[in-house]
Amino acid sequence: MRATSKWLSGSSFRNFFDAVFHKEFVGRRSDKLLRRRVLVLVAALALVAQAPIAAEWVRHWLPLAKDGIHDPKSPALKVLQDPAAALSRLPADRVGNQVNWVAALEQGVINPRTNILPETKVRILDTDILLNLRGGTPIVRFPHRQHTLWLDCSNCHEHLFQSKAGANKFSMERILQGEQCGVCHGAVSFPLTACARCHNTPRDKPLPAAAVRGS
Amino acid sequence: MLTRLMMLIALGAALAAAPAEAEYADVVLNNRSEKEGVRPVIFSHWFHRIRFRCKVCHDELGFKMRAGANDVRMVDISNGKFCGMCHNGQIAWGAERCDLCHSGRSGLKSRIHGGHETLGPGRW
Repeated sequence: MRATSKWLSGSSFRNFFDAVFHKEFVGRRSDKLLRRRVLVLVAALALVAQAPIAAEWVRHWLPLAKDGIHDPKSPALKVLQDPAAALSRLPADRVGNQVNWVAALEQGVINPRTNILPETKVRILDTDILLNLRGGTPIVRFPHRQHTLWLDCSNCHEHLFQSKAGANKFSMERILQGEQCGVCHGAVSFPLTACARCHNTPRDKPLPAAAVRGS
Repeated sequence: MLTRLMMLIALGAALAAAPAEAEYADVVLNNRSEKEGVRPVIFSHWFHRIRFRCKVCHDELGFKMRAGANDVRMVDISNGKFCGMCHNGQIAWGAERCDLCHSGRSGLKSRIHGGHETLGPGRW
């Protein structure tokens, strides 16, 4: 914030301000304080307008024609559904698609198919794994249930993670590079800026007894 | 005066230009499309995951979880593989409706888009 104020009162912005408002402002030292206050107010309003506060969080999705990747001339745009039409009906989130996809599933708002081939075995595992047991950040309680609601075991095991608890070496650096958890988180599932969703278990309290200790 | 005018224009442009961003997890497939004379494919995860769990495409259909890593050919789709598992005129529209999938702007690279929170140092 300090850096922002400094930038706002910098000479370039002052020039801009003078150009927009009145030339007489320039050089009148008595107006300097007023001018700075107005600047701070304008900056604050701009910030508020960009990031709505918690209570008034409004979800917004760009229509396909304006999303920067669809060709505005494509005939598909007359047929395809815009994100807002579908996503505005689903449980809200602040990040990603602005949809809490696990909540959507658990609340029964959506019921996506689990398989196409009749012979596919739908596997759900309900075991939590505690990770990052020796790190500095809060412990990660990894829930298999929510993951297997969406995914099959083979999507993560054994090429990303070994099934044996404690056998995996995790690294935030690798995750941020799109490896390990970062194959999905940060790309399709909720992004890596939502630290506390994974680092969700305090270190100074008794650990959940049912959970398995990993690495 | 000129400097001030330029600054005004620059600031005006910055404020007016609404960020055009793909929806989170949109995938562009363009390893082959434009070379073959059609628009790149836009695959939207949000639309598909309302209808199918990840495991359907990433386990049953065999899509690797890395944008650009799947060598998807139209002949495979027509033969019921990859997208063709559903896009067969029964579960979803058939492969003859080219434009509905091949709907991207020209020049897009195969990659995952729309990570408005993490466009970070990774390979995305």
